[in-house]
Amino acid sequence: MARTLINAPKTAKRGEVIEIRATIGHPMETGFRPDENGKILPRNIIKKFSCRYNGELVFSAEMFSAVSANPYLAFHTLATESGTLTLTWEGDNGFSQTETISLSVVA
Amino acid sequence: MTMNPTPALLTRRRLVLASTSLTALTLMQPALANTDELAQAVSAYAAGKKVTEGKVKLEIAELVDNGNVVPITVSVSSPMTAANHVKAIAVFNEKNPQRETVKFDLGPRYGKSEVSTRIRLATTQKLVAVAHMSDGTFWSHTVEVIVTIAACIEGED
Repeated sequence: MARTLINAPKTAKRGEVIEIRATIGHPMETGFRPDENGKILPRNIIKKFSCRYNGELVFSAEMFSAVSANPYLAFHTLATESGTLTLTWEGDNGFSQTETISLSVVA
Repeated sequence: MTMNPTPALLTRRRLVLASTSLTALTLMQPALANTDELAQAVSAYAAGKKVTEGKVKLEIAELVDNGNVVPITVSVSSPMTAANHVKAIAVFNEKNPQRETVKFDLGPRYGKSEVSTRIRLATTQKLVAVAHMSDGTFWSHTVEVIVTIAACIEGED
């Protein structure tokens, strides 16, 4: 399990736009870099990130080798109802990790 | 066996001439090819539709100290309603090994048309952010950045 750091408000007013900042510990090995023996290191990156809000997809990102190690994303969503935000990272070598955060929406 | 009639000097001169023109060619070609590739990547993303400069803002430091971690923010002027919102945003680069940098899918529930991440830059180059709107139009913003310490240096970490 990679370490993740998710920064999001716990409560929001209905209709408010909230910001979610998420980082995951991952080398994002580009597949273009040689090791000390001159051999190209195999690519190992996170390719897909998605955020679901009570099951509905609100944001997703497709990442390439040009994304920095420990990928950081800051995105937004409209607070509509209380519930769960599911954040999923998927990548090379079968990498998959899911984290959830809860959000309570007050009128 | 026949003797080569050309004097050695001439051959050398020819060789020097040939090699300089060759290096000039090899030096020029990648630069041209990269700009073309960048334009191609953008037009492929827009599925051949017209990409207009405007509406999009790609925020990035003009002078990048460390190409390994370059914060970027893309914002688009859009009301972000069900009828009129940003569907997707993509960022392309000119001189990294791959033209694609990162792509985002947004939607009407996204609320605010702004997204941030951190990217790698191999060298001083151009970056293009493209926004795909719900009405099917494409908008872009091109930025030139100077990179002092490049990403992809051997033996980083």
